Amino acid sequence: MKTFVMTITTSSLIVLLFALYTTQSRASPANNAIEQTCKRTPNYNLCVSSLRSDPRSSDADVRGLALIMVGVIEAKAKETLSHIKDLIKASPKRDEKQPLSSCADYYNAIITADVPQATQALKTGNYKFAEQGTDDTENEADFCEKSFSGRSPLTEMNKLVHDVAAIAAAMTRILLSS
Amino acid sequence: MVDSQPFLSPSRDVLLPTSYGSLHDGADKPDRRRRRPIKGLVAVASGLLMVALMAAIFGTKIRHEDPTNGNVSTLSSSTLREQPAAVTVKPLSRGVSAGVSEKTNRLFGGENSAAFPWNNSMLSWQRTAFHFQPEKNWMNDPNGPLFYKGWYHFFYQYNPNGAVWGNIVWGHAVSKDLIHWLHLPLAMVADQWYDQNGVWSGSATILPDNRVVMLYTGSTNESVQVQNLAYPVDPSDPLLIKWEKYSGNPVLVPPPGINKKDFRDPTTAWLTSEGKWRIIIGSKINKTGISLVYDTLDFKTYERLDGILHGVPGTGMWECADFYPVSEVSNEGMETSANGLGVRHVVKASLDDDRHDYYAIGTYDEKNSKWYPDNPKIDVGIGIRYDYGIFYASKSFYDQNKRRRILWGWISESDSELADVRKGWASLQGIPRTISLDKKTGTNLLQWPVEEVESLRLTSSEFNDVQVTPGSVVPLDIGTATQLDIVAEFEMDKKALEETAKANYTEFSCSISGGAWQRGALGPFGLLVLADDIRSEQTPVYFYIVKGSDGNLKTFFCTDQSRSSVASDVNKQIYGSFVSVLEGEKLSVRILVDHSIVESFAQGGRACITSRVYPTRAIYGAARIFVFNNATEATVTTSLKIWQMNSAFIRPFHPEKKRPSN
Repeated sequence: MKTFVMTITTSSLIVLLFALYTTQSRASPANNAIEQTCKRTPNYNLCVSSLRSDPRSSDADVRGLALIMVGVIEAKAKETLSHIKDLIKASPKRDEKQPLSSCADYYNAIITADVPQATQALKTGNYKFAEQGTDDTENEADFCEKSFSGRSPLTEMNKLVHDVAAIAAAMTRILLSS
Repeated sequence: MVDSQPFLSPSRDVLLPTSYGSLHDGADKPDRRRRRPIKGLVAVASGLLMVALMAAIFGTKIRHEDPTNGNVSTLSSSTLREQPAAVTVKPLSRGVSAGVSEKTNRLFGGENSAAFPWNNSMLSWQRTAFHFQPEKNWMNDPNGPLFYKGWYHFFYQYNPNGAVWGNIVWGHAVSKDLIHWLHLPLAMVADQWYDQNGVWSGSATILPDNRVVMLYTGSTNESVQVQNLAYPVDPSDPLLIKWEKYSGNPVLVPPPGINKKDFRDPTTAWLTSEGKWRIIIGSKINKTGISLVYDTLDFKTYERLDGILHGVPGTGMWECADFYPVSEVSNEGMETSANGLGVRHVVKASLDDDRHDYYAIGTYDEKNSKWYPDNPKIDVGIGIRYDYGIFYASKSFYDQNKRRRILWGWISESDSELADVRKGWASLQGIPRTISLDKKTGTNLLQWPVEEVESLRLTSSEFNDVQVTPGSVVPLDIGTATQLDIVAEFEMDKKALEETAKANYTEFSCSISGGAWQRGALGPFGLLVLADDIRSEQTPVYFYIVKGSDGNLKTFFCTDQSRSSVASDVNKQIYGSFVSVLEGEKLSVRILVDHSIVESFAQGGRACITSRVYPTRAIYGAARIFVFNNATEATVTTSLKIWQMNSAFIRPFHPEKKRPSN
């Protein structure tokens, strides 16, 4: 009986210690990188949630996190462009026609110019071009939003792309000044 | 810190519960069946405890399926548990006083501005008439400039696929006079594993027997920065069209202690007194920008010297490092290996961190391979800039044809990338400049457009002793004003200079001032270029004199882009710096206007400002030029000469012509 209780206790202790260890390991360098990096961006919450939704973020350094972030820009920009095209097809109101067409141009620029430039720049370590691409993405999203004189049907999407780009741009600045 | 792994790595599996289960099911213990049932209950309880613990650990993995949407309401339980206070931290910057903008390309027209509806007429006007640019697509750093068998050669970073940076290869062009360029086929493309991710910047060295060797940085298939050797396939071809890469490339890889992505842009080599060739390569250690030194006899094998040539803390990565001698006595340039009495040496770096080119003058200790600045307060990266506007990744070379040192600089766009994509191109090179030591001050260089640019001068208009009273604007009737070479002198009313009260502030800076509309007693005054008739668009290039609290006059030289265009999606900054004006000197300025580029040189090239402007109305026949004086107390007298400038007809080289017409 005694040995059995001892075995159970010891095993439980081992398991408990192991559980604590694995919980602790989440505060390992990988997760610290996410927190430390996101603290230095304009939107901590959005930064953390965007990164955590990508499994690669657990092992990434700042450069890797920035690349993930640019991937998020691309995904959100593509969604937005797709939505813009739907709106254009659905016979928009008069004062929305031209802005929607402009927005298609802005998002096309983000997807075909800014994102590839930022991606290649991050991969090869030429970070100033990544900063330029992400800064420009913020601008293009802003321009789209501002092109509506009345109510904009894209406010939430523009804001998201802007905010995600701002986070990515902050990360490129960390890379440049580290 | 060496970056050893791409960020993608195998996901770590959390240990599965079955391994814990085995501690308790005791299947391997032969006498288990004979234990009493109560032990079974204990086992079950332990097992449940185990499961509960596993669930706690696993719970944090489930979040991967949560989609991220605009309103971040999908924070997982683990994040909530670890949540620190949300902190909004501004991106780091080097400070406004260093002339750095908080956001490098975001200084557009303000929070409420929409993009401008650019049309093709406005966009196509922006192409220049006499500045080097390829027919289309993106360009950046100048590479390997040299003079060989009667031709000036120019290579450049080029994207053959689009109007933004990427897929970089080497473009090539030749000219007899540094002005009339003829495009040649691409010199080098990314066809080797060691430059697959970019044929990046590099420099040429001409050996004593007139052979040319080229060293350049390759970004390998794994994005490691390495140095490679290339040379002309046919040295008897004066056009040097075909290039060959050394079979033993790369010749240099990042040394221990240097990050694989902080090792690029090898310089032209110079001969040491031991008969070896020496180069430097910019890099950084933490935040200290440094220059690594290598010696070689054959450009194939290298010896890394201990230490560095020089480094400056806080300056970050040194790109496009440059090192060259200047003469204290002669106005001619010096070949890169020159040394001895009456020779100073310049170290220059392009700072990745703020995209500006800085240089410092100092002493080269060849024996110890060290360089020391004359004035450590204005050391490399914290002192003088070649240019106070847009001017980066510059590179100098010795022109043995006319015995001068020439400086090339990359002039990027300051509009939106969408505009670049629409117009199908981006970036210019500045007009090549001769560099020499300013003999009058001894503490700075002078830069001046090469004299060959004057061959483009057509008709001229002269204005002598024009009096410009406080608050007035004088139109100059010269016809169209989009391609101009302007030389102007200004003299301020001496009485006003003496009588003006001392200012109670000493801190003036072009970039944080109110621009050409901030009226002071003694300035601003100068020229308004690329202005329309009603001056709804205008680009002032001007002087601003301040009388400090010690009674001394300080002169500033600025270019104000804030009203250069009614479009809001263009850069609106004010560029400029302090400029020394010595006893007996008049204020003088030279301005080259060429569509969307304005290059200004004050006091014979003591301060230079390159600006990109994108007017929408002050274009084609509607562009005008004015003189202005916004000082409140002083009249300014000016004399100017303005030339219309011809096009340089930069175009592809056509081999079927016997002699290309320049």
